[in-house]
Amino acid sequence: MSERVVAAIDQGTTSTRCLLFNRAGRMLAVAQREHRQHYPRPGLVEHDAAEIWRNVTRVVPAALKSAGLTPDDIVALGIANQRETTVIWNRHTGAPLARAITWQDTRTDGIVARLVEDGHAPLIKEICGLSPATYFAGPRLRWLLDHVPGAREGAEAGDVLFGTMESWLIWRLTGRHVTDVTNASRTMLMDVRTLEWSDELLAILRVPRRMLPEIRPNAEVYGTCSTVLPGVPVAGALGDQQAALVGQVCFSPGEVKCTYGTGAFLLMNTGTRLAESTHGLIPTVGYLFDDKPVYALEGAIAVTGSLVQWFRDSLGMIGTAAQIETLASSVPDNGGCYIVPAFSGLYSPRWHPEARGVMVGLTSFINRGHLARAVLEATGWQTREVVDAMNADSGVPVTRLKVDGGMTANHLLMQFVADVLDVPVERPLGSEAVSLGAAYAAGLAVGYWPDLEVLRSNWHRAAAWEPAMDDELRRREHENWGRAVNRSYGWVQSPAEE
Amino acid sequence: MPGSIQSIERAAAVLRLLGSTGRPLGLNELAAALGLPRPTAHGIVRTLREVGFVEQDPASARYRLGSALRELGRGGWDWHDLRARAMNWADSLAGSTGLAVHLGVADGGAVRLVHHVFRPDGSPQRIRTGEEQPLHATALGKCLLAFAPIATPPARDLDLQPWTGRTCVTVAALEAQLALARRRGWATDTGEYESGVGGAAAPLRASGGIVVAALGVVGPVEDLYGLGGELRPWLAEQLVAAAREISAALVAGP
Repeated sequence: MSERVVAAIDQGTTSTRCLLFNRAGRMLAVAQREHRQHYPRPGLVEHDAAEIWRNVTRVVPAALKSAGLTPDDIVALGIANQRETTVIWNRHTGAPLARAITWQDTRTDGIVARLVEDGHAPLIKEICGLSPATYFAGPRLRWLLDHVPGAREGAEAGDVLFGTMESWLIWRLTGRHVTDVTNASRTMLMDVRTLEWSDELLAILRVPRRMLPEIRPNAEVYGTCSTVLPGVPVAGALGDQQAALVGQVCFSPGEVKCTYGTGAFLLMNTGTRLAESTHGLIPTVGYLFDDKPVYALEGAIAVTGSLVQWFRDSLGMIGTAAQIETLASSVPDNGGCYIVPAFSGLYSPRWHPEARGVMVGLTSFINRGHLARAVLEATGWQTREVVDAMNADSGVPVTRLKVDGGMTANHLLMQFVADVLDVPVERPLGSEAVSLGAAYAAGLAVGYWPDLEVLRSNWHRAAAWEPAMDDELRRREHENWGRAVNRSYGWVQSPAEE
Repeated sequence: MPGSIQSIERAAAVLRLLGSTGRPLGLNELAAALGLPRPTAHGIVRTLREVGFVEQDPASARYRLGSALRELGRGGWDWHDLRARAMNWADSLAGSTGLAVHLGVADGGAVRLVHHVFRPDGSPQRIRTGEEQPLHATALGKCLLAFAPIATPPARDLDLQPWTGRTCVTVAALEAQLALARRRGWATDTGEYESGVGGAAAPLRASGGIVVAALGVVGPVEDLYGLGGELRPWLAEQLVAAAREISAALVAGP
């Protein structure tokens, strides 16, 4: 028999994938299916949780088939998921009561504004570490309870369950209703110190406790699959960004990774200390493998890869995402043009929900190449702002950045990130850090990997970009970017209007 | 003067017809519109499907224009599309061989590196994407000379500069190496560009088997080549397998 492997499901914003990894952390197979994005109105983004579950039942067998393996060859299954996306379902029928509300959806701005008006913000921040924002799952759950017929009564009667995507998938796979600490830490409902649901926060958001999953560590056997991979233990779950922190083996305080996908997410390991942020970052649980949680500081950028998608699909400027590098390379610089992609407001570190996208510096000189540059540079500058905030919050300057995700295929962009940060940027071999992190958690739980040191030795540098930008140019461009961002502020006049 | 070839005319008519409407067409519709017997129409459309110019919708069995047709007007593969398609397999090749991986295309009489994966040993390395290398002195270059004759100049037109004592400096010697590469399916470099640094490269084939790039491993000559100067068989196997996987990804459509 060939070497047994660990399977990971990466339930992402645009697709669901299954990857298989061996003991060296090398990917052996991948299968992927995209799901539909529903945009009922501006600001609203929904997924069909039943469609996502169907995709899981298809991609897992497809990955096994492409590697020539059977469920017997799988030692454990780990799950990484798009975070904060909220679903409620009927525990008897297994049917979702409504489409899942995704993390990009801003419909809860009214709920969040009322929380702040009613003076709840300090208490919320004290308990869960988060300042109220439309980004988190709790207000979405409140919205579903208030708007979906039968939701509140069903939840109070114990018939309706809440979950983020890992919860939904684990329930479908094993029948057990659990979540993990990292996903729970993004609900605005969990006490970030005790790692339990907070009765005070449940009361503020009027969420019935009965509908909530049990909060568990990231690496333990949650249950055994009764379908899809019959007999295989589901042994790891993490929110996708925390999974990437683990996949990039950022196990020491001060280590930072950035995953470039639809959005971009920087996480810095802050050790066993829950760091306060006074610069617009999110203190969050990094991972919990034994008894002590490891915390992280997070900078969340809403729009990076999705700006390239928009450039491709909505503007039709390029045929594929990769071709943006070709187009951007057709000009030496941005020609004075800047794009601030505040499509759903600005996230870390500025947190301006009322901001909307702007394109500035347009002259008749600007062509498609300059726009392509401005699209890529927006990702670079947003990364810079988050790194600046991390340096200020942690007091320990970031000295190198580990990157992963699809946009690391773009060498022009990676060089620009190194240039504007003025630190080296490094990509590991195999840029599937999210899936690898989920596999690592599951493999640790069943003893496939003995400890974190072994995982560390699996990390190999595949590419590095050294900063090469003139200091004065960097300073000037940074200032221009800042002026462009200022112009995006205050566009939505009243949050309730949308 | 020979007359025009009827089956090519009919194939062109099928393509024009499919291109004239936004919806996929069934075999009966195609046959009727072209005034052809059903078996004749089927033979034409099946052949077009085999070369990728026509696609068949699996659910309805209807036909539409294929993705290979769209590639025709593009003037070759975008370098960054190549990198994006190759990236996972290039990483995997570096992981399984412990060697650096290069991806190169023919560009103005030289090799242009469009992707580079470090040798995964933690040693300090600098990213070489964008670098130009000579066709006659590198494995990537010789691979392109051997397998992509349209994209590269003939050997006799090259400036056979001696980069090291091992560089091929005569047209005859180079031609012999290219013939050997064609027979084996990969090209070699035993320290011919940088002293002590060897390479081996295999072609990447897009639709129609056309070679669009070369995939190579690079490392100390003694790591790649045994005492007899032969590429280690397991390396050749890994290289050719990775090139095959990437080629499949290139053919798989958008």
